[in-house]
Amino acid sequence: MSAATHSSTAAGSPAARRGDSTERGTGSAAVRGPAPAGGPDAARRSRRRARARGTGRTVLYHGFILAVGFVILYPGAWMVLSAFRPSNEIVGQVGLIPDDTTLDNFTTAFSGIGGISFWTFFGNSLFLAVGAVVGICLSSTFTAYAFARIDFPGKGLWFSLMIATLLLPFHVVIIPQYIMFNELGLVDTFWPLLLGKFLAAEAFFVFLMVQFMRNLPRELDESARIDGAGHLRIYWSIMLPLMRPVMVTASIFAFIWSWNDFFGPLIYLKSPENYTMPLALRQYVDQTTVSDYGGQMAMAVLALVPVLLFFIVFQRYIVDGVATSGLKG
Amino acid sequence: MTHAAQASKAPEVGKPARRPHTKRPSRRAAETRAGYAFLTPWLLGFLGLTAGPMLASLYLAFTDYSLFRPPEWVGLDNFTRLFDDPRYLNSVEITLQYALIGTPLKLAAALGVAMLLHSRRRGQGAYRSFFYAPSLIGASVSIAIVWRAMFIDDGVVDRLGQGVGLEAGGWVGDPSMTVYMLILLTVWQFGAPMVIFLAGLKQIPNELYEAAEVDGAGPLRKFFRITLPMLSPVLFFNLVLETVHSFQIFGSAFIVSNGTGGPADSTMFYTLYLYFRGFRDFQMGYASAMAWVLVLFVGAITLFFFKTSKYWVHYSGEGR
Repeated sequence: MSAATHSSTAAGSPAARRGDSTERGTGSAAVRGPAPAGGPDAARRSRRRARARGTGRTVLYHGFILAVGFVILYPGAWMVLSAFRPSNEIVGQVGLIPDDTTLDNFTTAFSGIGGISFWTFFGNSLFLAVGAVVGICLSSTFTAYAFARIDFPGKGLWFSLMIATLLLPFHVVIIPQYIMFNELGLVDTFWPLLLGKFLAAEAFFVFLMVQFMRNLPRELDESARIDGAGHLRIYWSIMLPLMRPVMVTASIFAFIWSWNDFFGPLIYLKSPENYTMPLALRQYVDQTTVSDYGGQMAMAVLALVPVLLFFIVFQRYIVDGVATSGLKG
Repeated sequence: MTHAAQASKAPEVGKPARRPHTKRPSRRAAETRAGYAFLTPWLLGFLGLTAGPMLASLYLAFTDYSLFRPPEWVGLDNFTRLFDDPRYLNSVEITLQYALIGTPLKLAAALGVAMLLHSRRRGQGAYRSFFYAPSLIGASVSIAIVWRAMFIDDGVVDRLGQGVGLEAGGWVGDPSMTVYMLILLTVWQFGAPMVIFLAGLKQIPNELYEAAEVDGAGPLRKFFRITLPMLSPVLFFNLVLETVHSFQIFGSAFIVSNGTGGPADSTMFYTLYLYFRGFRDFQMGYASAMAWVLVLFVGAITLFFFKTSKYWVHYSGEGR
């Protein structure tokens, strides 16, 4: 259904663009051109016609946008509103406005799973996400400093190896990593999920930082060096403060990716008290079999609250980050 | 690392900058030490978490290994078994189906909506953010649960289908429909490539369109002769990224099938099957072979894109 709307907009938009320019063309012709020939009356008529056509296009444009917006919004709105419906009235409710509203689902969700509090899962996710933010901000800027600001033999090789890992499917490392962490007795701890963040294992963030740092004026660190500052000092006191904008972007994505991560926790976290929100959610769906859609929706909503808050507060940073660096959502 | 940082600063303290002949070697050595000091965390991660494990899984791919017994060398056995394994071949097939249908649809939607938004300035920023939102949450377990609930028998989509006379039933339980349900989920997340397309569209100088108009070019011509070529580097970027990512679909398929890859293995995508073999059956040699085939395949695809790019990707300005 949505596929159809999408492909039709794809075909329709060049036409919309054409509409824009011809509209401008006829508009100016109407103002300047026919006035002496057809008199003021004809001029007014053609101007009105042009305006009507413009209005038609505006309506079409907004119609399309609204249609796309509705398709975008519907699943999310349906989820949120379903969470306020009685459990047996959720499946098959096409309409969005609930007849009966209830908070029971949220009571169920907050009561936790299998004797473990909702806040335990929430806290685990929060701890991992904050850890990811700190780890990535420190390790990727630190690494980027070496790549962008220091000249040393072998740099080119390491840099291209780093770039080569950008598109590497992580599945090729996950099995030996698991074996290694298992040998170390670290399965069912947060270590496997955090260590990589502190060792700049996600090349994307390193690349992002290198790109940003290369654009910072060299004179800054050169004058600092003349004043006797070492690299560590330049990194900490000059580079880090200047990198605040890119670090905000990186932090937002590090947080959200960690928060939504499913594969890592699924493999490494075994005991329910270590579960993150997505794992708890999955556990909940698994346990309740068919009936309790209300609880599932309430949990699903609660699991997305931090992400949505981030989005509302930082949407400019997020979307501009995507636009300028090609960060994926 | 403090040591290295201090060493790098040492030559400058006190001494004037002249007399490079005696200072330069030590200065360069200090720079090298500082460089590697700063690189240490990444190097540890690269060697310990990426390069090392890659080599290890390459070795494991040639062995029979479960977590509980030592690996036993079996040569190419895992690879030959792969191509006799109907479940594996099925996973390849549906993953390709998902990637080959989903990626073009998603990019077409992204480009279409980007061009639509680009045609008007007003409200563009707000729409852009709003349309981007699904990309941020689309891969989450929450949305997968919602998708499952919406596409289940007698669910929202089924009801809507009945409204227009389609008695399709639920998509979740229908092996022929599950892939399309997940394709719709990925198309729904067209916002990320759309934002990138929008940024690309802004870079196209308006004079090109004006000149084309003077020459009497129609909208289709302008699209194929100006917009697409000027946008081709961005399109290339989106194509590579989205294709490579689509081969790795996991979470949503896992949740939608309730952790089974069903019905009838219809959501047993590549990485899901890898997970089942490696982490449920603990056939880690077999799963490593699967992982390496995936890496080689993704590498080949990327190489293919890069090799063919010179025929269709245009870089304006100097350089290529």
